[in-house]
Amino acid sequence: MLTGYRRENGAIGIRNHTVILPVDDLSNAAAEAVAALVPGTLALPHAYGRLQFGADLELTFRTLAGNAANPNVASAVVIGIEPNWTERLVADIAKTGKPVAGFAIERHGDLRTIERAARVAAAFLQDDSERRREKAERHEIVLSVKCGESDTTSGLGSCPTTAQAVDRWVEAGGTVLFGETSELTGGEHLIAERCANEAVRQKFQGLYDRYMAMIARAGVDLLGSQPTQGNIRGGLSTIEEKAMGNIAKTGTKPVVGALEAAEAPGSGPGLYFMDTSSAAAECITLMAAAGAVLHLFPTGQGNVIGHPVEPVIKLTANPLTAQTMAEHIDLDCAGLLRRQYDLTAAGGRLMEICDRTINGRLTCAEAIGHREFVLTRLYPSA
Amino acid sequence: MAQRPGAPGFLAHRDGDLVGVAVRDLDPGPAEGGYLSGPASLSVQLTEAVPLGHKLALTDIAAGQAIIEYGQPVGVATRDIRRGDHVHVHNVRSARL
Repeated sequence: MLTGYRRENGAIGIRNHTVILPVDDLSNAAAEAVAALVPGTLALPHAYGRLQFGADLELTFRTLAGNAANPNVASAVVIGIEPNWTERLVADIAKTGKPVAGFAIERHGDLRTIERAARVAAAFLQDDSERRREKAERHEIVLSVKCGESDTTSGLGSCPTTAQAVDRWVEAGGTVLFGETSELTGGEHLIAERCANEAVRQKFQGLYDRYMAMIARAGVDLLGSQPTQGNIRGGLSTIEEKAMGNIAKTGTKPVVGALEAAEAPGSGPGLYFMDTSSAAAECITLMAAAGAVLHLFPTGQGNVIGHPVEPVIKLTANPLTAQTMAEHIDLDCAGLLRRQYDLTAAGGRLMEICDRTINGRLTCAEAIGHREFVLTRLYPSA
Repeated sequence: MAQRPGAPGFLAHRDGDLVGVAVRDLDPGPAEGGYLSGPASLSVQLTEAVPLGHKLALTDIAAGQAIIEYGQPVGVATRDIRRGDHVHVHNVRSARL
């Protein structure tokens, strides 16, 4: 049986965090002080939030509000330097119906703000401690996937194993997000072909072309630099082959929607593409903002990523990585390459780890405190 | 790492792929492998050494023919490739370039 925390808006979370969210870099100190005064709360410090403008500012608001609105969060205390943007974030988070309170530092100073916010945070934490898990269905649990530190074992083992979980999730009526726009290069036509209809295909192609144009404006030609010398040493011969390993984790289902970064899926269940960076912490932070509550991360050489809001399950088929980085690896599927079991069985093992994690078992990253929370910037601040 | 008896030397992603991937360093000579899914076995006489993670030809591939892996074209043969040859940048190029 799967269990989760049903939030006021009906969404299911698999964790029950009381979050202290700074609006901006200046408010990190106060947010972290509140979390220190009220152990058990979770501060989400980050590096930005001042003098941003236009699409970049909107993305930051969408990302911050989305992470606090994530069903893994029970309640949120928002702290900003000034009241306007603080209240805007509070209003966005309040749409979920969850408890949220905002505090501005100007005209109070850090110390009085910390005291006021800590009193509310403590009350929220006590209330949140009485929230109980209830039965949940797989289709209510939003999944996301992204790979990293890939090598040839990723394409052979950990990515196809992840695909097993993605397909089973979609077959259960669930929602799954994938991204990594630029890393699709060489296989982007395969994603376009899998789009459920012409409108989705055009949206996907537009997002892909926009990202590649942004890279080209920086004077970089990905086709000329891919695969990298390291990839070639590992056996990858072409950019198409590299893309296949990446795309292998997305499974076989149609792509039912193409999302802007941090945009919540809105057209029913299924597999969604999201326009994201391929940097692990940025990508997962954007997916958490869209409401994903559990992340699958296939790795080859061994990435150590975790996320404060969205638990990250890491799997590898590289026996050396599984052995030397055991404290980071939730599922060792290297037996797949030794044919000790087949892909269906590897998928079954991953589903079992997913279900235990959903029901409360800490991931490796949660156990050792990996909490990478990173905002994506579109351009510099004013 | 010691190999279990019966552990494969290479694996192919899909039925119909023209190449398999070495899952350990392979010497020239007979090599045994299989598919990621299903029990079917494959035997290939390697014409040269194939390092871990590198590809080997499961069949003869003519110059200009697409290299099929993951059930998809992942490049084009730049010269005739014999069954059992190492398949890499010396005899394959991207179709994108």
